[in-house]
Amino acid sequence: MNVLAIDTSNQPMSVAVLKEGVLAAELTINMKRNHSIQVMPAVDYVMNQADLKPKDLQLVAIAEGPGSYTGLRIGMSSAKSLAWSLDIPIVAISSLKVLAAQVTDQDKLIAPFFDARRGNVYAGLYERTTTGIETIQSDRNVAMTDWLEVLKETNRDVIITSSTNHQFTDEIYDILGQNVRLIDPVLQYPKASMLAYLAMSEESISVHALAPQYHRMVEAEAKWLEKQKER
Amino acid sequence: MTEQNEIILAIETSCDETAAAVVKGGTELLSNVVATQMDIHQKFGGVVPEVASRHHIEQMTAVLEQAMDEADVTFDDIDAVAVTQGPGLVGALLVGVNAAKAIAYAHDLPLIGVHHIAGHIYANRLEQPFEFPLLSLVVSGGHTELIYMNDHGDYQLIGETRDDAAGEAYDKVAKALELPYPGGPQIDQLAQSGKDTYQFPRSYLEEGSYDFSFSGLKTAVINKLHQKRQKNEPIDRENVAASFQASVIDVLVNKTYEAALEHNVKQLIVAGGVSANQSLRARLQEKFEGSGIELCIPPLYLCTDNAAMIGAAASIQYHQSDFAGLDLNANPGLMMD
Ligand SMILES: [Zn+2]
Repeated sequence: MNVLAIDTSNQPMSVAVLKEGVLAAELTINMKRNHSIQVMPAVDYVMNQADLKPKDLQLVAIAEGPGSYTGLRIGMSSAKSLAWSLDIPIVAISSLKVLAAQVTDQDKLIAPFFDARRGNVYAGLYERTTTGIETIQSDRNVAMTDWLEVLKETNRDVIITSSTNHQFTDEIYDILGQNVRLIDPVLQYPKASMLAYLAMSEESISVHALAPQYHRMVEAEAKWLEKQKER
Repeated sequence: MTEQNEIILAIETSCDETAAAVVKGGTELLSNVVATQMDIHQKFGGVVPEVASRHHIEQMTAVLEQAMDEADVTFDDIDAVAVTQGPGLVGALLVGVNAAKAIAYAHDLPLIGVHHIAGHIYANRLEQPFEFPLLSLVVSGGHTELIYMNDHGDYQLIGETRDDAAGEAYDKVAKALELPYPGGPQIDQLAQSGKDTYQFPRSYLEEGSYDFSFSGLKTAVINKLHQKRQKNEPIDRENVAASFQASVIDVLVNKTYEAALEHNVKQLIVAGGVSANQSLRARLQEKFEGSGIELCIPPLYLCTDNAAMIGAAASIQYHQSDFAGLDLNANPGLMMD
């Protein structure tokens, strides 16, 4: 299967192409750059390296979030339009799940997170089993202190991984103590190849209905709902 | 090499309409699909950019599919993909720009980045041929501009607003009158049964300038309403609306007329959402009657934001081989060179 995968959820941008199910080319840029300018030229580059034409593709994989709202939409708009106009299936996978899947330990919980500012994080809890990566707790937007308590209550060894800069290291060790390990930096950046591999075993969804997973309501909408309740 | 009667798939997402269209040869409309978010933003009293962007990403491919279906074309029929590059809301523009790039890449089609205002002007070419030189008055929630054109694709900005756009002033005054969003059509309607009793100032700026300024007028209206409310005097909303509208339209019509005479134009093209305003249409008709200048105002569905106008403007760029690369970006502050 020829798969094109795109992840523009956060600062790192990664695109990859699998040719007949095997990684042919991958490009990851972890610089503060403009995903909107870079993503399609990056796609063009990996496709050329793989000697593939757009019509050779059979599946598009997209990291659906959480992450930067704008970043998510840039990737999602590109991926949806590619899948729709080529009339091929699209699979959307949690950006956090991709990070978790890069951790190979089987006997520990894997807790990927992205900094969501003001002490909050986007986080989810995963575990690698013999059949693949399982979701233990779904992705959410949560205060880091609350999230660390959730992790503590599992009474399990936890591996924490994050591709965004954060200042939570001390807090993580304070609350989870001996039971936690922070992942090696080399494994903490999202690889679109992992996204592509995960996508091959997941069911595709209708392209039109697909939208990013923001895990946070727009402030104006939250305020409006609040006002409705008061009435 | 380029087709004479090229077929362009066009996308527009600069504000709160998700739009796609198929246009043939720059003049023939094959389809024109607009998914408006008007109802969604109404409850917030104005367009919330993040909300708009979220709706664009949910609507985009479905709108594109509908446009292709209604035009009864496949990608084999399409010669280029065009998209509004700017100006507009950056998050909203990004959805359209990235969709256009992906489609252009997937089908190896030339990509055309279009200026939103060029689109508004070219909406008219779907109705009638251009005759140069021409002048265009672009009035909308985001724009008040006078643009002179000597030839296709040649835009010379001769006047623009120094503060609020005309449509923006309408929305703000509507808010002060406690009218629901969007306020422009509401004021226009109220004004029909009112009189210019308040005599608000007309801002013509310095002699010979074709620039506009509406923020002083807006402040004068709001202050007047404030005074009346403090003194517990009744507010005649019809007369306030009529007086405000009279001031805006006097300035728009007089400046446009002077500019049209000075530049000896053959046509005046009115574009943008505010060109739906009944009083503006009536006053322009009156003023240009017998002037020898042809007044062109497109039907309402071509005045408000749509993608057909982007496809029409893109046709000119297509014939000039003015194509963009896959690194095309949204440009919220795009200038009209
Ligand atoms: Zn517009």
